[in-house]
Amino acid sequence: MEKRVRFRSLTLPWLLLAPQLAVIIVFFFWPAGQALLQSVQMQDAFGTSTEFVGLENFQRLFADELYIESFRTTAVFSILVAVCGIGIALLLAVFADRVVRGASVYKTLMVWPYAVAAAVAGVLWLFMFAPSIGMVSFWLRAAGFDWNHLLNPNHAMALIVMAAVWKQISYNFLFFLAGMQSIPKSLIEAAAIDGAGPWRRFWSIVFPLLSPVTFFLLVINIVYAFFETFAIVDAATQGGPGKATSILVYKVYYDGFKGMDLGSSAAQSVVLMAIVIALTVAQFRYIEKKVQYS
Amino acid sequence: MVERRPGLDLLTHLVLTIGVLIVAFPVYVTFVASTQTAEAIVQAPMSLVPGDRLWHNYSAVLTGSEGGPGSSAPVGRMMWVSLVSALTIALGKIAISLLSAFAIVYFRFPFRNFFFWSIFVTLMLPVEVRIAPTYQVVSDLGMLNTYAGLTVPLIASATATFLFRQFFLTVPDELAEAARMDGAGPMRFFWDVLLPLSRTSIAALFVIQFIYGWNQYLWPLLVTTDENMYPVVMGIKRMIAGGDAVNEWNLVMATAILAMLPPAAVVLLMQKWFVKGLVETEK
Repeated sequence: MEKRVRFRSLTLPWLLLAPQLAVIIVFFFWPAGQALLQSVQMQDAFGTSTEFVGLENFQRLFADELYIESFRTTAVFSILVAVCGIGIALLLAVFADRVVRGASVYKTLMVWPYAVAAAVAGVLWLFMFAPSIGMVSFWLRAAGFDWNHLLNPNHAMALIVMAAVWKQISYNFLFFLAGMQSIPKSLIEAAAIDGAGPWRRFWSIVFPLLSPVTFFLLVINIVYAFFETFAIVDAATQGGPGKATSILVYKVYYDGFKGMDLGSSAAQSVVLMAIVIALTVAQFRYIEKKVQYS
Repeated sequence: MVERRPGLDLLTHLVLTIGVLIVAFPVYVTFVASTQTAEAIVQAPMSLVPGDRLWHNYSAVLTGSEGGPGSSAPVGRMMWVSLVSALTIALGKIAISLLSAFAIVYFRFPFRNFFFWSIFVTLMLPVEVRIAPTYQVVSDLGMLNTYAGLTVPLIASATATFLFRQFFLTVPDELAEAARMDGAGPMRFFWDVLLPLSRTSIAALFVIQFIYGWNQYLWPLLVTTDENMYPVVMGIKRMIAGGDAVNEWNLVMATAILAMLPPAAVVLLMQKWFVKGLVETEK
């Protein structure tokens, strides 16, 4: 889409663009270039000299058992977050869509966790599940289940998944609700007149029509689980016990700032950038589709 | 409603109520904990009835007069740092994006598409992915422990530019034509026509970006080492020193509630724009 009417000026557009470009060049292109450069360099132990090592950092990275393990952890984590988050939100949205009176009250009550910071969400769930003082862990113990996320890797994973899903439900919920409200009521009514019950109507009409929204949310939730959950992990488990919850973003931070292995951290950054780009492309294919068929 | 099904209606309200309770429970527990003494919390299970230390705990946290083994910097100061950075990020993003979207849509100049795409590419890479090199740049520029260091790198994102571009493209050409015929220059047109028309988009973006700015965690963790420059979301983490029982959990939880209040208030008060902004920025 293009404008027919344009203003003519030689300098004004550059002046208007200048602040945005300055920020992007200094804080985006330059660092991203640095990451690419560092990923093919290696620093000696004292940080006094660097040498070009080609793809050695990447080879080292993919030969590293811990890195492959971190990949696996991230995959498990993001699949759990995406599936649980989308499933629960869809269930709630389907019911919220049925409500005639008081729908906005439910909506308001569901929406606000979006405002809670990831780090705060991590602290909240940590507090409820803390092995010695948490109230949920106390109830679990009373029920005969010995909860200890400081020792048991599965418990630690469950803890960060719960915190991450809790924070993301409101977002998924809003998108599903908006998606459902855009489905023409006449379709549902026609199916009801033909004798289809609520269950049947959901699976043969609503769910297929929601599939673009579901796909979009799947991508967004995976991006969320990959990149925006750093704060939850850092607040709740710090990657432990051992490395059981050390997802990729946590590892980049840990290796770069705690382990001081800049070459490896930069190589990890480059791998992450590639993942983001792949996910973004997937997201845009979806948008194109939506534009064509809507 | 297509048909009457009282049983299903009952189930609907039941499921939604359970959903709302699960969503609210962690925050309720936090609030209760923030009104108790540290000793009452450590005795598991903690009571689910609010205690009587509400005033005492909150004023202790805000002024930093009492502290556990972790950091005990005054939360009042942290809230201020958070507020300044969240506002700077939100308003800064809106300002520079409005200008650049205006340039891209309403002017023809060499490399226009190249610039649009180079802004667009920044959509893709979150700060989390390029932390080490960005940190290096900020520290080379001497921006550690400053508001500039906390905010400027986060202003560099293209979501807002993209949204305004989409919006400007829907503004009828006749408006620009009329303005030109009346002898208005481009900046006059921008101020008197385009800006008033973009009010809802600006409000929607403000809500989203304010929350984004307030809830930053990883970036402040890297660029601030001075207690005076801690934003509150990160300050909470610094208050937790280790082991379950040694922390002053009542104070930590009071801080958590304080950290949640401003963004939650923004979401609830501006819900209409918030939903609009959320659904539109992702298109």
